[in-house]
Amino acid sequence: MTDFTMEKGGDGVAIITWDVPGKSMNVLSMDGAGTLDALIDDALADDAVKGIVITSGKPDFAAGMDLNVIAGMKERGGAQGVFDGVMTLHHALRKIERAGMDPKTLKGGKPIASALPGTALGIGLELPLATHRIFAADNPKAKIGLPEIMVGIFPGAGGTTRLSRKLGAMMAAPFLLEGKLSDPKKAKAAGLIDEVVDDPVAAARDWVLNASDGDLVKPWDQKGYKMPGGEPFHPAGFMTFVGASAMVHGKTMGVYPAARALLSAVYEGALVPFDQALRIEARWFTNVLMNPSSAAMIRSLFINKEALEKGANRPDEADQKVRKLGVLGAGMMGAGIAHVSAMAGIEVVLIDAKQEAAEKGKSYSEGLLDKAISRKKSTEDKKAEILGRILPTTDYAALEGCDLVVEAVFEDPQIKADVTKRAEAVIAKDAIFATNTSTLPISDLARASARPEQFIGIHFFSPVDKMLLVEIIKGRETGPRAVAKALDFVRQIRKTPIVVNDARFFYANRCIIPYINEGVRMVAEGVNPVLVENAAKMMGMPLGPLQLVDETSIDLGVKIAKATRAAMGDAYPDEAVDEVLFWMADEGRLGRKSSAGFYVYDDKGKRQDLWDGLAARYPQAEEQPDLTEVQHRLMFAQTLEAVRALEDGVLEDIREGDVGAILGWGFAPWSGGPFGWLDMLGAARAAQICDGLAERHGKRFQTPELLSEMAEKGQSFYGRFGPTQKAA
Amino acid sequence: MTDAFIYDAARTPRGKGRPDGSLHEVTSLALSARLLNAVKERNGLEGHAVEDVIWGNVTQVKEQGGCLARSVVLASDLDERIPGLSINRFCASGMEAVNLAANQIRGGAGQAYIAGGVEMMGRVAMGSDGAAIAVDPSLAMKSYFVPQGISADIIATEYGFTREDADKLALESQRRAAQAWQEGRFDKSIVPVLDQNGLTILDRDEYMRPGTTREDLAKLKPAFKEMGETMPGFDKVAMLKYPHLAHIEHIHHAGNSSGIVDGAAAVLVGNEAFGKAHGLKPRARIRATAKIGTDPTIMLTGPVPVTEKILKDSGMSIGDIDLFEVNEAFASVVLRFMQAFQVSPDKVNVNGGAIAMGHPLGATGAIIIGTLLDELERQDKNVGLATLCIASGMGAATIIERV
Repeated sequence: MTDFTMEKGGDGVAIITWDVPGKSMNVLSMDGAGTLDALIDDALADDAVKGIVITSGKPDFAAGMDLNVIAGMKERGGAQGVFDGVMTLHHALRKIERAGMDPKTLKGGKPIASALPGTALGIGLELPLATHRIFAADNPKAKIGLPEIMVGIFPGAGGTTRLSRKLGAMMAAPFLLEGKLSDPKKAKAAGLIDEVVDDPVAAARDWVLNASDGDLVKPWDQKGYKMPGGEPFHPAGFMTFVGASAMVHGKTMGVYPAARALLSAVYEGALVPFDQALRIEARWFTNVLMNPSSAAMIRSLFINKEALEKGANRPDEADQKVRKLGVLGAGMMGAGIAHVSAMAGIEVVLIDAKQEAAEKGKSYSEGLLDKAISRKKSTEDKKAEILGRILPTTDYAALEGCDLVVEAVFEDPQIKADVTKRAEAVIAKDAIFATNTSTLPISDLARASARPEQFIGIHFFSPVDKMLLVEIIKGRETGPRAVAKALDFVRQIRKTPIVVNDARFFYANRCIIPYINEGVRMVAEGVNPVLVENAAKMMGMPLGPLQLVDETSIDLGVKIAKATRAAMGDAYPDEAVDEVLFWMADEGRLGRKSSAGFYVYDDKGKRQDLWDGLAARYPQAEEQPDLTEVQHRLMFAQTLEAVRALEDGVLEDIREGDVGAILGWGFAPWSGGPFGWLDMLGAARAAQICDGLAERHGKRFQTPELLSEMAEKGQSFYGRFGPTQKAA
Repeated sequence: MTDAFIYDAARTPRGKGRPDGSLHEVTSLALSARLLNAVKERNGLEGHAVEDVIWGNVTQVKEQGGCLARSVVLASDLDERIPGLSINRFCASGMEAVNLAANQIRGGAGQAYIAGGVEMMGRVAMGSDGAAIAVDPSLAMKSYFVPQGISADIIATEYGFTREDADKLALESQRRAAQAWQEGRFDKSIVPVLDQNGLTILDRDEYMRPGTTREDLAKLKPAFKEMGETMPGFDKVAMLKYPHLAHIEHIHHAGNSSGIVDGAAAVLVGNEAFGKAHGLKPRARIRATAKIGTDPTIMLTGPVPVTEKILKDSGMSIGDIDLFEVNEAFASVVLRFMQAFQVSPDKVNVNGGAIAMGHPLGATGAIIIGTLLDELERQDKNVGLATLCIASGMGAATIIERV
């Protein structure tokens, strides 16, 4: 069985079908590319073949390149290996594009069309772009585009060069630089594909039989080709390219090498003939693949994220898919959990103390669905169907038949204990009970349960419908079936799970709090708050620490601080931070929700500059730290906490630590996560930086024993703790 | 070492660099050649009298391309044995031409040069020669490229100059330029532009707006706000370079930035023997020259470090300088210079500058050397320093001393 097979029809059309054995989606491997190339050679040489159609034997066309293969090229041959591998692909695709035509007269080539039954991503679109015409099935669920930039690389099999020449730099930008995906109709409107039809293979067959020589010549192979929108030294093109650098630079904060490389490939490529441009694209693509950031991003955002979603750490238990879900507490979190569950087709009983509150929780879903309808992402029918799955009530008896209950009531152990008991009185003996607490230890809450082995933490992030991560927390007595249940539930609602052990603030909040605190601490020290915020963003953090605390609210910070202080007693290390937060809270500056916090907000609630009242109370020091020092403080505040979580056994798998950090609080995605970042620095260098920070700023930066040991032994996190076997 | 002296400095009036500007009908070649002819006549430069013509010009494409300097020599009445060298150091090209000539003379390579430059900004648009630093992503990002107007606004933000400060300086430039023209202070330098029939095309700087008021300026919209804050958002790039800035204050507009004009200027530089041979009297010694590279993002602060350098190299101090010409590319450039050296505004750009009269890129460096010398003579002062900020982060300076 090979990935590609060819059938030559009596009408002179050779149909090449892509159908990778044993996979639900086609992905391209180097072997597959070799097979395809040989089939093309065969068809081009065969006089009986008049034209070729490339299609898929699966409902979709292809999901892209097998990223493990790319990693393999790099491991085996270094930069030369990658470059040679990429050039091999270019030659194969260029052969399809030229299709045997005479290079001078551009005549005598064989028409080659693509027929896409469904989704076509990455090389799944780059291959069609090399053919002479692209037909897609009228399948609104199909996604067409080049999402490579999302995992830290860029379209490197000619997609960058072909699309920028086809659409012009400006029009190609959303597809190349943002990885924008479109359904077939939108893809046609944008010029990514040529036709949307009911039967793409039939349409393609018809087209290749009737195509003339001129139909096969791409604009860039014709004399007098001009790049749409202007090449870089055309007056209009000049402005486009000047602007593009600024936009990419500003948007990526300079930390994503792939966007830079892509832009350079487009610019340099636009100045030379097509074949030279492909070579340039290959050099930049190689450069990006050799960059540790892209490897780290692929690892976390693609390979490991998928592995976790597919249950890499799922106990070996029978299918635990949730059929009926109980949600206790219809506040913001409960309503969000109910919403995403109903969206996933799960029956939901949404309980609150008052019927009115329960109804309000349901109307939250209604609001979201109305918004989706106004954006044409949903329909009235679907809305009715989804809302029909949510039963708002005050009656615990309605929980009967629920196989999972998630409580999202007040963060008060008493109230939680009460609802736990009330729910367990109704639900089946084998049902699982989960708490969505973000601050209380699971093992303590489990004491209220009659079946602590069926009690687990499922910690959602707010807003539930947007945040991709769910943190599953095992209490001391939590059993494997509860873990499997939580994982299967998270899979149903299409989020990414991490499984951690029970300790104060679990994993994500444990790392976020020191990040916020470090930022606030610097303000207290007289560091320019603008520098603090920008330093964070320039490390790839989506929000500076001060903006983050404004978003999560300053009174919540105060509440957490008070609880932590009560729990820790004299050992409490964050007096300096509290001084600022408590004062802000006293001033009524609670963050975004009060339209006043570290930032100033206008009448519409839009964030303006940092509040100048800060400088009055915490005057800026004459001597300001340099950018790197501020960045190191903010980054190590988070990463050392991740290392300690690993040392303490809260984290059992560094993949979860990295994926969880990126999805949970947006930790510098370019780095692949805290452990990826430390590996990039190297343990020795990281330990050295910590020593310096500890000396200047206190023992919170003290190098963890594990890191010291790794520095000594010259180890990396992924070398020591990474999965021994390839995930995919 | 041989001394290099200035024997003559001449310039054309500056025309508005627009299709309706008076010099718009004149080619870069003709304007340059007629100015060289005037210098030849004024100084009796028959035969192979000078070693070379060094001609500064920024946008070296189309009629300004193809080594314009050589074309200019051939189009003029100068001897064909004089070759011609086009140079480009952006806004300091005209100054760099003079400095290069001076240093060749000091090093013994030739007795005399005509050095200066031209820019017909209305005919050959600024930027139409392309620029890797702006358009090539690899360098644009590495150097945190932003356009000059943004850089000027960064200077204002970083060093605390307000819109009012800048507008005040602009008004003063207009006032001084008007007064200078009224009193004929440019008479020695100005060579009216004549056509091929000897008919006058332009005999006066036409960009000036002497009646401008504070209220007029206050009405003008900031020119670089849109590109900074919205499309394509250069302020974000600036913030990456200067992360301590919350935002950029966009204070510059057409009224407090230099004008886009057409014009040319030439300086005759020679050694002592040259003067004797031609019966010419030296007006000033070129005492020192300097150039420097600086941060390319804030870009236009070069006058400060290059002045520090030229003073240090020549063993002088700021107090030794009687008068300054600091090119008014943008108001904040001059404000920053005065702030850094704590020099009195009375000594800086005494006869106005490029905000009032315009900044023909390749010529300005030579223009301000001539203006400085005229004013030193008028006030009977001794030592003057001229300096310019330069695109891509550079600075250039010249110190002249009357003899």
